[in-house]
Amino acid sequence: MEALKEQVEEKKKLIATLRNKPWRMKRRLVLLKEAQEFVEKFEGALGKGKGRKLYAYKVMMAKKLIKFKRDFENFKTACIPWERKIKDVESHFGSSVASYFIFLRWMYGLNMVLFGLMFGLVVLPEILMGLPYGSIPRKTVPREEQETAMDFTVLNDFGGYIKYSFLFYGYFNNDRRIGLLQFRLPLSYLLVGVGIFGYSLMVVIRTMARNANEGGDGAEEGEFTFSWKMFTSWDYLIGNPETADNKYASITTSFKESIVDEQENQKDENIHLRRFLRVLANVLITCSLGGSGYLIYFVVKRSQDFAKMEKENLSWLEKNEVEFVMSLLGLVCPPLFETIAELEDYHPRIALKWQLGRIFALFLGNLYTFLFALFDEVNEQLETEKSIKNATDWAFEQYYTNYSSHYNTTDVPPLNVHPADVIRGPCWEDAVGIGFVKLIVSDMQVTYLTILIGDFARAVIVRFLNYCWCWDLEAGFPSYGEFDISGNVLGLIFNQGMIWMGAFYAPGLVGLNVLRLLSSMYYQCWAVMCCNVPHERVFKASRSNNFYMGLLLLVLFLSLLPVIYTIMTVSPSFDCGPFSGQGKMYDVIMETIEQDLPPFLANIFTYATNPGLILPAVLLMVLAIYYLNAVSKGYQNANLDLRKKMKMARDEEKNRRNNKDSTNEVMKDLEDLLPNKSLIPPPVEEEPPPDVIVDKGAKSPKIKPGAAARGVNLQKDVSLAAPNPRAPVTRAPGPRRGPPGNARGPQPGRGRGRGGHPSR
Amino acid sequence: MSLLWHRRLHSRYHELAPHLVPMDYTNDPDCKLPLALIVNMPELNENPFRNRIVESFSEDGMGNLSFNEFVDMFSVLSEMAPRELKAIYAFKIYDFNVDNYLCKEDLVKTLNRLTKEELTPEEVVLVCEKAIEEADLDGDNKLSYADFENMITRAPDFLSTFHIRI
Repeated sequence: MEALKEQVEEKKKLIATLRNKPWRMKRRLVLLKEAQEFVEKFEGALGKGKGRKLYAYKVMMAKKLIKFKRDFENFKTACIPWERKIKDVESHFGSSVASYFIFLRWMYGLNMVLFGLMFGLVVLPEILMGLPYGSIPRKTVPREEQETAMDFTVLNDFGGYIKYSFLFYGYFNNDRRIGLLQFRLPLSYLLVGVGIFGYSLMVVIRTMARNANEGGDGAEEGEFTFSWKMFTSWDYLIGNPETADNKYASITTSFKESIVDEQENQKDENIHLRRFLRVLANVLITCSLGGSGYLIYFVVKRSQDFAKMEKENLSWLEKNEVEFVMSLLGLVCPPLFETIAELEDYHPRIALKWQLGRIFALFLGNLYTFLFALFDEVNEQLETEKSIKNATDWAFEQYYTNYSSHYNTTDVPPLNVHPADVIRGPCWEDAVGIGFVKLIVSDMQVTYLTILIGDFARAVIVRFLNYCWCWDLEAGFPSYGEFDISGNVLGLIFNQGMIWMGAFYAPGLVGLNVLRLLSSMYYQCWAVMCCNVPHERVFKASRSNNFYMGLLLLVLFLSLLPVIYTIMTVSPSFDCGPFSGQGKMYDVIMETIEQDLPPFLANIFTYATNPGLILPAVLLMVLAIYYLNAVSKGYQNANLDLRKKMKMARDEEKNRRNNKDSTNEVMKDLEDLLPNKSLIPPPVEEEPPPDVIVDKGAKSPKIKPGAAARGVNLQKDVSLAAPNPRAPVTRAPGPRRGPPGNARGPQPGRGRGRGGHPSR
Repeated sequence: MSLLWHRRLHSRYHELAPHLVPMDYTNDPDCKLPLALIVNMPELNENPFRNRIVESFSEDGMGNLSFNEFVDMFSVLSEMAPRELKAIYAFKIYDFNVDNYLCKEDLVKTLNRLTKEELTPEEVVLVCEKAIEEADLDGDNKLSYADFENMITRAPDFLSTFHIRI
């Protein structure tokens, strides 16, 4: 009975694992039928009929679960937007161009979340629960500006109705609580403003960590590049002719990338000439960076002088000189850097990194100069504000004394002035917000115009003028444009930096950015596929995108600084925005802690902000960083050791198959110490395994059940066609002319001495 | 494998040549479909190696498949087949001259099919030489099954690309 039970269990296991066995279909079918009959016959005898149904049910549920999981994964992948567009671009232009679009898509996702936060927690409450347009001074267009408020020129400069809308800081009221839900708008504004940075920081660091984890898995990165490309790159699932065409293109591009990599490794160099050229190039570039910095400084100084003059006397050029010069520098310098960089003759990937670094320095200089200009303006406006505030206070005093002296009463009704007529202070936050919005919009216009003229018009001219031109426009000058990866990536990163800086002063900026990224994606995808040609030297994007992420992180910190500075140090305008009336912007938090939270929390916060507590906390964090750094270094060393061991094991394997002596010094010494092996006779000739494959190919796959035994032998040898690599092979496999004579003699004995019998 | 899958395959096989293929297989009939019919299936139509695939599974090496061979082909190419089995057949598919080695000519043919002959001859030579250099363990300038298997079992994409769903 027991034996029968065991047999039934065995057959059941066989049925379950049948599909994993590397056997021919026929054999499997035959065995399956056998096993099923056996189980049916004897399970009935064991009275397990019902159990089998339950088992079948369980198996079916498990299969359904797996299928559901797979479908859900497919659905999630199908939800990722623009996947096909990016794959198209990738198969035509290579992975580095596609990496720009993947980065753009990631930015879009980030900005959507920021937009959701800003819109849902700040703008919507103000619109739904706050006071409507026109009810209070800050929400109304002042009387002087009302005739021009709808003019296109004014709207284009973000004045008029746009300035006094929810898109900018000045619109928001400073009521502590608004609406039915008693929503604390000023607190929410401040927290969202800072929370945007926190969320972005978290997302960037998480992406960097994820990229860093995509390390190798044992096989070194370059070990089987070409073989794998050749044998595993075609996707057998492709059934659509267009997809197949794309796949052919992408495979060709991928081979070309690897060939470029390979040729770089094989180039020989004249080191001294190269070093001299590189130093020369760096000197030239530093000079141009210095030149551009001075130019911006000069222009900003001039603009400050212009600001003091009357607006009507200035031409358009003089009014917008700063933005114009910045855009011009952004357009001219990157190609200049690229031309100079040709002196350096780096691998394209490294050259791209240098280019990125240089353009980064350029944009950084531009941005911070712009910021300093803006802050000068802010300080001036604060001065004006003081004087206006004094003027309004004085006017109110006047009204009060007049009224009380006229009517001889102390009960003075409040001053009833139409909101449009109230004296308004200059809202410096609005000015800053408008400055950023103008910068982003002008940047966007310049980018789109450049693509239209520099790529599209150029392509059209080259294409159609080629028929009637003396030289071949397509092959020589100007030919079609190549997609400028570094310029575009940096543009993206710096625009995001500007968004981060400006979002606090102009909540509508994040929404504007979402629209900008959306249109950018479609426009640039179209432009790339229509007007650009693949780079002459196609190269693989570096495995980790951490370089871009690192730049983004740096820009995030740099854009955090001005915002935190204004929150902590600069006093808000007295009559616009959610913080009007406070001494400093962060006073809102203090107020909330004092008034809304239970008293003991206020005590806790007072203790927590005590320097005596903060300094040890900082010290603790520094120590933690040091410790984690040491631990991670330890892991890296352990990792390297393991890789070395695996490489050594593989080399040993390789050497054994080649019948060569171990190249490892230690093994060599050990071998010399072993007793004399020449006394052991060489092994007997055995049938080499590849012959089995030949036989198998010639033999018919029809194996009758009766011949199963013999079939089993053959099958077994086929699946283990290469002998167990762990045992030493004393003879090179394969029917070839035979290893060289002198290698034959001592080798078999050596092999014997080393490990014992081969496993055949 | 599952009976449902088996029946589906039978109906596909029958569709290829309804007048040739009987609906009833209990008498184990001996009909074979020619190569030309099978490579026109939508699953195989775009595959650059379709001829080699069908030839590798046919008994006569000319691509005429009986129903059992047809089932074999799709079961090896399904996601359920074990890695070793797939490696064996991959080796057979890429071995154009059927000499049990992947020699340089086989690799050149494979590469030209993969890139639709877009690479220059120098590039083709470079790639094939590098591929042999990487995978050849016994130094005979061609890849035996042992070399091929050693290389392909380490490949991360092999199982996912060597897969046809039917």
